[in-house]
Amino acid sequence: MAERSFAKEVEKLRLADGETFEGEGILAVTKGLLQAGVAYVGGYQGSPISHLMDVFADADPLLRELGVHFEANASEAAAAAMLAASVNYPLRGAVAWKSVVGTNVASDALSNIASGGVTGGALIIVGEDYGEGSSIMQERTHAFAMKSQMWLLDPRPNLPSIVAMVEKGFELSEVSNTPVMLELRVRACHVTGSFVAKDNVRPAMTVGEAAANPKRDTNRIVLPPANFAHEHEKIERRWPAAVNFVRDSHLNEWFGPERDEIGIIVQGGLFNTLNRALELSGLSDGYGSAQLPIYCLNVTYPLVPEEVTTFCRGKKAVLIVEEGQPEFIEHELNTMLRRAGIDTCIVGKDILPRAGEYTGQVLCDGVATFLDKWSPERAPDRSMPAPTDTELAKEVPPRPAGFCTGCPERPIFSAMKLVQRELGELHVSADIGCHLFSILPPFHIGNTTMGYGLGTAGASAFKPAGRRAVAMMGDGGFWHNGLTSGIGNAVFNKDDTVTIIVDNGYSAATGGQDILSSRADNPRRKTKNPIERAVRGMGVNWVRSINRTYDVTAMRDTLKEALTSREAGPKVIVASSECMLNLQRREKPLRARAEKEGRRVVRDRFGIDPETCTGDHACIRLSGCPSLSVRQNPDPLRQDPVTHIDQSCVGCGNCGEVSHAAVLCPSFYRTRIVSNPGAFERLLDSLRRRIIGWFQMQHERAIAARAF
Amino acid sequence: MTRATERDRITLAIMALGGQGGGVLANWILDVANANGYVAQGTSVPGVAQRTGATIYYIEMMKSLATSGNQSDPVLAMMPAPGDVDIVVASELMEAGRAILRGFVTEDRTTLIGSTHRIYAISEKSAPGNGISASERIIDAAKQRAARFIGFDMEQAASDAGSVISSVMLGALAGSKALPFPRDAFAEAIRRSGKAIEANLSGFEAGISLARDPQVSSRTHTAPLRPTSTAGRSLAEAIETMLPESARPIALEGVARLMDYQDRQYAELYLDLLDRIYQCDDGSEDWRLTQVTARHLALWMAYEDTIRVADLKVRASRSRRIAEESRAGNDQLVRVTDYLHPRIEEVCDILPRALGSAILNGKVLRSVLNRFFSGGRHVETTRLRWYFALRFIASLRRWRRGTLRYTTEMDRIEAWLDLAADIASEDSALAIEVINAQRLLKGYSDTFERGFARFEAIQQLARGLRGKPDAASRLRTLNEAALADEEGKAFDYALAEECNDAAA
Repeated sequence: MAERSFAKEVEKLRLADGETFEGEGILAVTKGLLQAGVAYVGGYQGSPISHLMDVFADADPLLRELGVHFEANASEAAAAAMLAASVNYPLRGAVAWKSVVGTNVASDALSNIASGGVTGGALIIVGEDYGEGSSIMQERTHAFAMKSQMWLLDPRPNLPSIVAMVEKGFELSEVSNTPVMLELRVRACHVTGSFVAKDNVRPAMTVGEAAANPKRDTNRIVLPPANFAHEHEKIERRWPAAVNFVRDSHLNEWFGPERDEIGIIVQGGLFNTLNRALELSGLSDGYGSAQLPIYCLNVTYPLVPEEVTTFCRGKKAVLIVEEGQPEFIEHELNTMLRRAGIDTCIVGKDILPRAGEYTGQVLCDGVATFLDKWSPERAPDRSMPAPTDTELAKEVPPRPAGFCTGCPERPIFSAMKLVQRELGELHVSADIGCHLFSILPPFHIGNTTMGYGLGTAGASAFKPAGRRAVAMMGDGGFWHNGLTSGIGNAVFNKDDTVTIIVDNGYSAATGGQDILSSRADNPRRKTKNPIERAVRGMGVNWVRSINRTYDVTAMRDTLKEALTSREAGPKVIVASSECMLNLQRREKPLRARAEKEGRRVVRDRFGIDPETCTGDHACIRLSGCPSLSVRQNPDPLRQDPVTHIDQSCVGCGNCGEVSHAAVLCPSFYRTRIVSNPGAFERLLDSLRRRIIGWFQMQHERAIAARAF
Repeated sequence: MTRATERDRITLAIMALGGQGGGVLANWILDVANANGYVAQGTSVPGVAQRTGATIYYIEMMKSLATSGNQSDPVLAMMPAPGDVDIVVASELMEAGRAILRGFVTEDRTTLIGSTHRIYAISEKSAPGNGISASERIIDAAKQRAARFIGFDMEQAASDAGSVISSVMLGALAGSKALPFPRDAFAEAIRRSGKAIEANLSGFEAGISLARDPQVSSRTHTAPLRPTSTAGRSLAEAIETMLPESARPIALEGVARLMDYQDRQYAELYLDLLDRIYQCDDGSEDWRLTQVTARHLALWMAYEDTIRVADLKVRASRSRRIAEESRAGNDQLVRVTDYLHPRIEEVCDILPRALGSAILNGKVLRSVLNRFFSGGRHVETTRLRWYFALRFIASLRRWRRGTLRYTTEMDRIEAWLDLAADIASEDSALAIEVINAQRLLKGYSDTFERGFARFEAIQQLARGLRGKPDAASRLRTLNEAALADEEGKAFDYALAEECNDAAA
């Protein structure tokens, strides 16, 4: 079950011609695909594209009605390989993933499909996870487009433009027999807006029909001599076809006056930010009526030489606003102008920052610098930005991401911290996923992270005689590639590494999608394939499964055993407990209903006695649970804040177990609240309360007697 | 930078933490704007920020023009530019501070609507001492930097209204009149969203009225303790005659604590010991040495042994507090399980001195008995068996003076006070730091032992620092370093520095 349900929103995908669609960017993309008569969709989840996968999944009934095949692929490589369906058949297909990491994973298949080319339109929707919203290395998808000769669309971030590019993208792909990438920045995926819908179109041919009538063309297979022919084909036929289509369909746009001494060329995705910068400089307005020429590249690869030279000719200088590095477009613009003998000065990374997101402030500054040099009469007065208040900056603490309240991964790292106290610091090869939050406070665990599912592979160089390395792997990463690249590799090379596979039942970090080992029933997929069986099947003999990670003592002891066991070969601990976010989402409504219906319901939460808490906060350093917080000490004698547990506690028990395992303090207690108890339970309780109450009264009197 | 002063565009940033309903609030605002003659656009950066991090939802809206045919759609930005934000809604005080730091709050245009409650960041929570940031600093900056600041505890308002903070924030926004929509338009958006309408409306109403008239939370100053018993009165009188005024309130607390902890005689012992320091106090800084000794001596004498813990666990007042915290209804049962882990050391602590030390020092006996105390126990204190077991341990209070731990702690206290009294005659500032080092004695088992080791190192150092001009400030640095981190890196470093100095 995914974190966010689009069950209601996907109804909007049924809108007919002329109706107005209102909603988020990713839904608009899906509507665009259906309007374009897509025959199959797929992909792999990951921010900011996870929600697109969730939309596909929730829209599955509609997709079936239309004869569209949907597949949640095992990895980006699998998704890219699925585009093979468009090689021989006129099938339009779209796949989606997070770039640049997903594109890295997919690049083998991508190179193959780009080489052989496609018959049906192939669209790759990449969420460019760049800047503030990013959790990955900062690189550009643009490089992939150039090296494989795929076309890259970067539409203006508004719904009509995005939808138009989805539709035109298929046409471009078909006319040039080349796969097309549609790049959406993180905010564009989630931007709200509206556009006028068209009817959905059933694919002219379904994947079923194609499979029933197989076609074969060895010229499309990457094998000598065809592969050499592909290269020529790319350059001599597909490239010109694409340039012609981009030009003739007016995919790029022009704003502002026709004539000027200067101008700006901008990537489509940055157009809105640029316009705001111009507006704040008094050179545009809220409707994009710029007072200097702007050439907006909704297609950033390939460039159209005629358009570029026409725009630049007669201008003293043109600013290119291109995010990220290297400045591929700037390089190409310079080459084009040299070849055409035009001496317009291309201004780009010499005044704009090489690194970092192009935010409103960055572009305001960049435009001002550009105008200062090339059109000083139009340059805005630049007021000095207010100096940062360093005193204030000291008071505002950073908020690193951390495990959710009740997260089953937290006790794994609490246990690891305890083991480190006994055995000394460990080399921990971390992976991608929620468990990567271990590198942040309060755990500070994890030395490297090399990629999704690559935790174990990342430890493979460490074969020390004394201490074993520890590798982390999530269940998502395990099925993505960790089973082969990590476990298989460790078995084959006789590694001694200890691998902890965190099995929380979902691809949790990307929003709780089901995977092979999910415990959930999923009518469309085969779930419940245990990780332990796969690991044993791969040849690992030392496997321990822990079915309740909250048992910190068991976690600690098992990890210690794995690190000290005399047995040779890889050791694998499968640590399973369901993702608490998903668990709560599923169980909370059920519990509320049961309670209402008068059935017995038990709810746990934890508390701390402020009188026995001495304010050392060792428990927080071993847990970091959001519900485990501090407050002013109610004791007038004590000065340090006292620990306390707020109402958000879900009663997972981690804090109590940690307190036990680490022998911390006697302050933790569990309150169990029983709703609709049975008659006998009620009687027993009242009996106990009466007896204890009487003794407590005596005790209270004794205390009062000696009181101040 | 020149900017159009007249504009029909409104920009609004919501600074929220994961789980606070920032997305819900953004959707309501978008809905209000779209339904009332504006074209509105929202963007956000979800992802890992959904967990515990801070995140920004950004909204822009522009008056829709009469469709003239050739007018294109507005071009709205995807992220706030510093100096260009009309309204900032912050769901927590430090997030308001973050908005100020990022330049989103400017005097010329920004209405800052911020909750003044705190959700502590991990760095604030995990400090071994007090790591909490100064809220006043942020509130001052908010007042100075914003064109208008509307701040109140929205979390409390939500809780009082039986609602969630997002609806209170919407109410505060409506009440601020920073957006050109009537309040009914906001309420309509809540109704249209169709979820928890009643609760959301009640939070919304609370938000509106508090935005107009924020109730300044009056900090309740606790009045000095008044005695309730004959013994209490006579001790209060003794404090009155014996101690300077500035030390009296803490001494009263100390006496009350120790009477509760042990008995009247124990409180009298406390005053005797305190008097010893008072006699050496030169009265500087309004008798600060006596003040800090009153606090730290009381805390040390009320050390947390197993008897004390058991005593606190079985009290009626605790049962009442837990029942209240649990918010359980009359038809619900509340059961309490304590997580206790007494080690052999804690058990021996409350045995008669000779027996306790015999076990701890006898290798065979200790390892045999240790087996019974190696695991943690889940002690259900609402069951008779465990209640009576703890009640029995609590009753050992009467024999506490004969226990091993009592002797140990009394010896330590004596040594500590002796040193302070000795130093006080020549350097009362240094004596104050010697006393303050008691703050390091916290927690139980390993935590306590770690703290005690640092405490001893500081006492040792104090002896060596005597007569040095900046002795007190150097010791204070060490006291602070001891609470800087758990592993003691800062402390070891500071100590090494001191030792180098001493050697040089």
